[in-house]
Amino acid sequence: MTQQIHRDDEGSKLGMWLFIFNELLFFGGLFITYAVFRYVHQEAFHFAAQELDVWLGAANTVILLVSSATIAMSISTIKMGNKKLTLAFLAITLLLAVVFLVNKYFEWGAKIEHGLFPSSAMLAELGAGDTMFYGLYFAMTGLHALHILVGIVLIGIVLLRVKNNKTTKDNHQIQENVGLYWHLVDIIWVFLFPLFYLIA
Amino acid sequence: MDNHENHIVPLKTYLLILGALLVFTFLSIAITLIDLGPLAVAGALLFAMLKTTLIVFYFMHLKFENKMYAIFGGVVLLTFIVVIILTFSDYMFQ
Repeated sequence: MTQQIHRDDEGSKLGMWLFIFNELLFFGGLFITYAVFRYVHQEAFHFAAQELDVWLGAANTVILLVSSATIAMSISTIKMGNKKLTLAFLAITLLLAVVFLVNKYFEWGAKIEHGLFPSSAMLAELGAGDTMFYGLYFAMTGLHALHILVGIVLIGIVLLRVKNNKTTKDNHQIQENVGLYWHLVDIIWVFLFPLFYLIA
Repeated sequence: MDNHENHIVPLKTYLLILGALLVFTFLSIAITLIDLGPLAVAGALLFAMLKTTLIVFYFMHLKFENKMYAIFGGVVLLTFIVVIILTFSDYMFQ
């Protein structure tokens, strides 16, 4: 034996899961805030939600679900030792994450163009219910988009590690952790989509 | 100890799960297009929970992990439910 590098995959995985539980409760607090204000301003939330584009939201849902599947498949292929397929799956995941953000850019752009943004004159005129709805919409989808952005960086790092043979068949816990993170981002969107786009 | 590390999920399983997730997504859109009134909220959330269960157990491998992770997850879910009940009992009866 030449050199023993300390590695604790199980500890690394446990740390990632604890972080994910923390994130779930963090977004959970925002979801409870949404539920309370939806209960207080039922009419306003009902009509404000109709302004959001269901099909753009649905497209982003499909994009995230497919990207979640491709990153999960990349973990199976790295375990099989198939570097080429792993790189392909990671590249697809990365591309889909970018497409998601491009959609978000156009969606937010259209809302802002219509004068619907936090502390805008138009929302002040529409009243407290609409102000809360759009406040929560921008805060929650914004925080989610920030998580997508972080995910893009992380997936990019894993892609380079696989390419440079740093993440391999026998050493792939970083890739698994990034996968877990990406599924968390997917789960948050699974709840954001029906609550903001569907229930109108 | 059983060896969890070497468990490789076949790609076909992931494709099947993805198919189910997409079907649930379109079903949740379909039920909001027909007017169900207050039931629409319950329906949409039910589909979201079904999707989350599939993602957590298959994509995140919880099904193949040490039971400890599932217990931790259960505690998180329980905490969340308790906070929801406390918050709403305050708002509905004040």
